[in-house]
Amino acid sequence: MKPVDQVRNAQAFLEDQPHHEQAFDTLIWGLRERRDAAAREVPEWEDLRTLASRIKEHTLSHLADYLEQFEERATANGARVHWARDAHEHNQIVYDILTAHRAHTLVKSKSMLTEECQMRPFLETRGIQVTETDLGERIQQLDHQPPAHIVGPAFQKTAQDVAEEFHRVYGSDRGRADPVYLAHVMREHTRPLILAADAGMTGANFAVAQTGAVVTVTNEGNADLSGNVPGLRICSVGIEKIIPGLAELAVFIRLLARSATGERITQYTSHFAGPRAGGEMHVVLVDNGRTQRLADERFWPSLKCIRCAACLNTCPVYRRSGGLAYGATYMGPIGLITMPAADVRRFRELPFSSTLNGSCSNVCPVQINIHEQIYAWREVMDADGLFSVTKKAAMKTAGAVLSHPRAWRAVAEAGDAALRVLPHFAVYSRINAWGRHRDVPSTPKETFHQWYARNRGDARPPAQTPAQGEDPGHDRP
Amino acid sequence: MIPCYIDMFYPEVGIATLELLEKLGADVDYPFDQTCCGQPMANSGAQAEAQATEELFVNNFAAYDYIVAPSGSCVHHIRNKFTAAADSPERRHVSARVRDLPEFLHDVLKVKDFPWAEFPHEVALHVSCSAIRGLGEQAMSERPNDPFFSKPRSLLEKVKGLTLADFSRPDECCGFGGTFAVTDEAVSASMGNDKLERLGRTGARYVISGDMSCLMHLQGCAHRNREDFRFLHLAQVLNGSAR
Repeated sequence: MKPVDQVRNAQAFLEDQPHHEQAFDTLIWGLRERRDAAAREVPEWEDLRTLASRIKEHTLSHLADYLEQFEERATANGARVHWARDAHEHNQIVYDILTAHRAHTLVKSKSMLTEECQMRPFLETRGIQVTETDLGERIQQLDHQPPAHIVGPAFQKTAQDVAEEFHRVYGSDRGRADPVYLAHVMREHTRPLILAADAGMTGANFAVAQTGAVVTVTNEGNADLSGNVPGLRICSVGIEKIIPGLAELAVFIRLLARSATGERITQYTSHFAGPRAGGEMHVVLVDNGRTQRLADERFWPSLKCIRCAACLNTCPVYRRSGGLAYGATYMGPIGLITMPAADVRRFRELPFSSTLNGSCSNVCPVQINIHEQIYAWREVMDADGLFSVTKKAAMKTAGAVLSHPRAWRAVAEAGDAALRVLPHFAVYSRINAWGRHRDVPSTPKETFHQWYARNRGDARPPAQTPAQGEDPGHDRP
Repeated sequence: MIPCYIDMFYPEVGIATLELLEKLGADVDYPFDQTCCGQPMANSGAQAEAQATEELFVNNFAAYDYIVAPSGSCVHHIRNKFTAAADSPERRHVSARVRDLPEFLHDVLKVKDFPWAEFPHEVALHVSCSAIRGLGEQAMSERPNDPFFSKPRSLLEKVKGLTLADFSRPDECCGFGGTFAVTDEAVSASMGNDKLERLGRTGARYVISGDMSCLMHLQGCAHRNREDFRFLHLAQVLNGSAR
């Protein structure tokens, strides 16, 4: 598969949809501001982050034990626990459960894991009708788009966009972009599907080993409807979502909504502990690359992620690129460090879509060192030979020039202004990438080095400079 | 230590740094064979290509008590990410003793005032991400319960006549990001223009920073947009060379 070109996608978003870019940045930055305000209300906020990080570290380093405990408790509660090695196994297990019950319609709440597994197309091609019940996710489903944000899948759309889409799909009033009205339209069209569904599905924000319960955190209550209305309930759970007990859950509940949207808590925190009377509950525990990542010394901390999207909200690159630009299930900073773990070739350019400003690591409620992992992934791309030939050559030239003082002086003091413009990294990108939106700095009469030699350099002669025109890249003392 | 891009494009910043340190009584040397800290390669993931440059840096600077640079970004690299060079006592010495200019003035020299400096203007101070989150020169907006402090700001407050303008999203990245400025130029420029808009709203026409690389980027955006900002390095103001 061709590598995802986040740069080109982001440029298209910026240049073709400047109105959307502005609205997106304003909306998403607002979440970051609300998060700050919510964190300010909790004097022990930084301690809470440390605690949450330690709980995740502990759980991840005892993962097998807690998973088995969860399985035991969930089974005792009357649920059936399945183990899926990868996305395909997960999808097949879900399909088999549905087939065994002659279920043709499935309603589901938002689940990043089922996105990751590409479950919807898998089931749809096998004749299952899948309906998303989260408002944002349903908006994206009706528009045949993946989520643009982890918490708010449709954040990239304006209310006007949604009004237009609902008018097209549902025949709602043209141009009526009142969010309350639009939510009602959705509810009217989705509720009958929920009531008639053969099966319901949820993801999981947490799976509690102590109680064997799957916990979801929502504002719309759609997880409760999806999980409780049909008799058959399936919960898809990534194995890293396990936490030891309810005391630990309380720590995460305090952090999650505050980090995500600045709310103290979401409207619903639901524990699915067993099947409803007369029904069935299935829990599918999914690995899909997680144990492999856990074994990686550099990149395992990304498994601590609780999908709050605070790193997306604070990321200036994400807010200006739009979420779809990443071509990935997980976008923004957390996507930069998790998607290459899933497919290093396809996502080899993602770690470069960052300024390494470090804000993401600071907002992360479980203290993932996101920007350091982005940096480390760049090294992996080079070590794995995934740099383009021109980029590798440019790096070699830069390394050769900058490690030889005489060669560097030749570049720094060359009369050719073009050569003086950021020579060591401009060379491998598109022609004049600096200059599309920016002017180049004017070149001074002399460099600092020359000034120093003239004014203070009496103690030492200036470094010898090779003749003009000599290729500095080939200067080998 | 004079960063490569300051050597090449902004010699006046190097001169102001040198003069300022001399005025404050430091015994300053400029090692003649210096080139670059290796950050452009290392930040791109090219560790092997950064190695010789980092080792040259270690050779050039291992003999000094302090290595002072007017660039938070280079100092952040040398202090926290200097792993391409082979590990050695010299490398560790260099990483431990490197200081960004505001750190050196604030923490080491503990400068109380700059009697020679006067700047009767309203200025917007841009502190780089490297200086804030890499070096801890200023409280971070992401940690709202930490008490506010800012080393570069407290230095500027000692300059006669100078007033500081506050603007929104003060520690959002300006979009330079090293190679990012070129590889992701559309997003980079968009971030730069947004930053300029927020700075501009204050009415201040002077933008001051301890990182000339951020300013090179912002200056490039402003010049293209025909906006009349003036961009100055902190050293130029503290040295009194800009008035």
